[in-house]
Amino acid sequence: MNRSTIDLWVGIFVAAGLAGLLFLALKVGNLASFSTAQTYQVDAKFANIGGLKIRAPIKSAGVVVGRVSDVRFDNESYEAIVRMTLDSAYQFPRDTTAKILTSGLLGEQYVGLEAGGDGVMLKNGDRLRLTQSAVVLENLISQFLFNKAAEGKDAAKEPAK
Amino acid sequence: MNLPMVAALRSRLEALGSTFTSAIWRLGFASRFLGYLVIHSGTALRRFRLTVAEIYFAGVLSLIIILVSGLFVGMVLALQGYDTLQRFGASESLGVLVALSLVRELGPVVAGLLFASRAGSAITAEIGLMKATEQISAMEMMAVDPIARVVAPRFWGGVLSMPLLAALFSAMGVFGGYLVGVQLIGVDAGAFWSQMQAAVDVRQDILNGVIKSVVFGIAVTWISVFEGYDAVPTAEGVSRATTRTVVTSSLAILALDFVLTALMFTGGNAR
Amino acid sequence: MQQSPIVEIDRISFGYDAARPVLREVSVSIPRGSVVGIMGQSGCGKTTLLRIIAAAYLPSAGTATVLGRATSGLERDDLYAMRRKMGMLFQFGALFTDLSVYENVAFPLREHARLPEDMLRDLVMMKLQAVGLRGAADLMPTELSGGMARRVALARSIALDPQLILYDEPFTGLDPISFGVIVRLIRSLNDSLGATSVIVTHDVQEALGVVDYVYFMAAGRVIAQGRPDEVRKSSEPFVDQFVNGRPDGPVPFHYPAPDYGADLELAAA
Repeated sequence: MNRSTIDLWVGIFVAAGLAGLLFLALKVGNLASFSTAQTYQVDAKFANIGGLKIRAPIKSAGVVVGRVSDVRFDNESYEAIVRMTLDSAYQFPRDTTAKILTSGLLGEQYVGLEAGGDGVMLKNGDRLRLTQSAVVLENLISQFLFNKAAEGKDAAKEPAK
Repeated sequence: MNLPMVAALRSRLEALGSTFTSAIWRLGFASRFLGYLVIHSGTALRRFRLTVAEIYFAGVLSLIIILVSGLFVGMVLALQGYDTLQRFGASESLGVLVALSLVRELGPVVAGLLFASRAGSAITAEIGLMKATEQISAMEMMAVDPIARVVAPRFWGGVLSMPLLAALFSAMGVFGGYLVGVQLIGVDAGAFWSQMQAAVDVRQDILNGVIKSVVFGIAVTWISVFEGYDAVPTAEGVSRATTRTVVTSSLAILALDFVLTALMFTGGNAR
Repeated sequence: MQQSPIVEIDRISFGYDAARPVLREVSVSIPRGSVVGIMGQSGCGKTTLLRIIAAAYLPSAGTATVLGRATSGLERDDLYAMRRKMGMLFQFGALFTDLSVYENVAFPLREHARLPEDMLRDLVMMKLQAVGLRGAADLMPTELSGGMARRVALARSIALDPQLILYDEPFTGLDPISFGVIVRLIRSLNDSLGATSVIVTHDVQEALGVVDYVYFMAAGRVIAQGRPDEVRKSSEPFVDQFVNGRPDGPVPFHYPAPDYGADLELAAA
């Protein structure tokens, strides 16, 4: 095997390897999406973030407009502070509501933004004032059982009248 | 107490202790070897032809086994994954399962194991045989530093080949998963790719996978060249060195994988 | 004009590990331009002595002065500079199996001299011609016979026109014709290059025919030395046994063993 043949094969190998990496990055990963876009940061406080994770999507009308970049605990108000990184292409009014929703029935949690009507838009570093916490399944179930028990008691009381 | 028993126990403990200390000593020796090797890599980098030849022997000649294995691993992942996912009605997430498994773990690890057994053992055998047939001594007698001329190009050849092989393994695996999942089983192609793209992050998953493969490449090639250079210069010695390369490399890959995964993928809100 | 010896070994001792010394107080002097033989049984330390001359090992006592410099305390660059003036022929040639015959001989030239390709080619061809293998330039080492491989290795060791050529058991395993070729080459190359040669061997008769001086070693010491004609007539018992190939003498036939009768359990009867 002479030198130029070896060079040829090594060149093909390296090119194929880089092509493989590129394939992974573009077709398999999300490089094509806005990781290089301009972004701005907005904070929101929640009483309970449930299972919200960093890098969870932030959607408005079902379209991904940003990602959760940080989650911290405020030791004074005992609430969670979620920092959201939003695509600069999408501007939201100051009175936008942020809700923590679940995708599907048992899927991962994300932040849903519902635009308000204020004329002034959110700027980098602003805080959203209107938030709705995540629905915790245990609370839902205990609420349901409590309601059912209350109904049952009322029904039991009725005939006794 | 029974004296002969104490003596036997003591000699066992001493043997264990000496195995341990000699292992530590060997690690130190190997580290100095690596340091020397890296410092004297000038020749390997200036006369890049030498390193290119080694990329050929370590990388190109491993292509077939890597590509075929990657394809089969991806296909099996799709088969097994579909079986479990469809029980939860999540069969459209098959792409996510295949891609994340490959890019984060299986790509670097399995490619590393295959690389260790194919290229690593070949490098060890080659250097060991050169030592056994006095070619290394001959080179030293001709005032050519054998570590710079023979060992360093093989080291850098392996380190440069490994990430490329891991990427190709993952890429072939995803393709294999696509073949089985979409073409064979009938999962929706759109869902397959779009869910995958949403779930696989370039920085978090792919880049970390590449970092893993670089670390594994360094570990495997270091072990291969060291065992070869340190081999007892007889046929039996070379054979033992080759075995040690494969075993030690495999264990090192798995141990490093644990450490790196713990560091990289602590996931969620772990603080 | 009496020049200083090219190699001066002065009362050196050496052991691979401290418990077993391989060389004890050995003194050897090798004059310029001569062909000197170092002979003895396997394990007498002659190959180790050669390695010490080649500065592959350093003596634990005494000094080895080669090409005018002591081998102990040399920096790596000085050591390599010294080695460029030496050539060594290993026992089985030690050719690089992944390079052709041409590339093997060209190796030291490529590594140490920046020569244009056609000049390099001329030099390689000259060296191969000197050993009679110019036509084999494109063969690979695996395609060569033992004798041919040895000759190529010889061509490689003289590629840089060394002042000192070391031979480690050059006659081992050769057929009579190749044997004669190597013997002739050792002498002719030494004289044509104006070099000095040191041969470690136990092929007594043939070596005595080519060397100018010979040292005999046993158990890590020099026990006899002299010119070939002196040595052939020597009455020293070991030299006599060695030169004439007698099975028993100072080097006993029997490895130390307990009483024969006891081993056969005759006494127990």
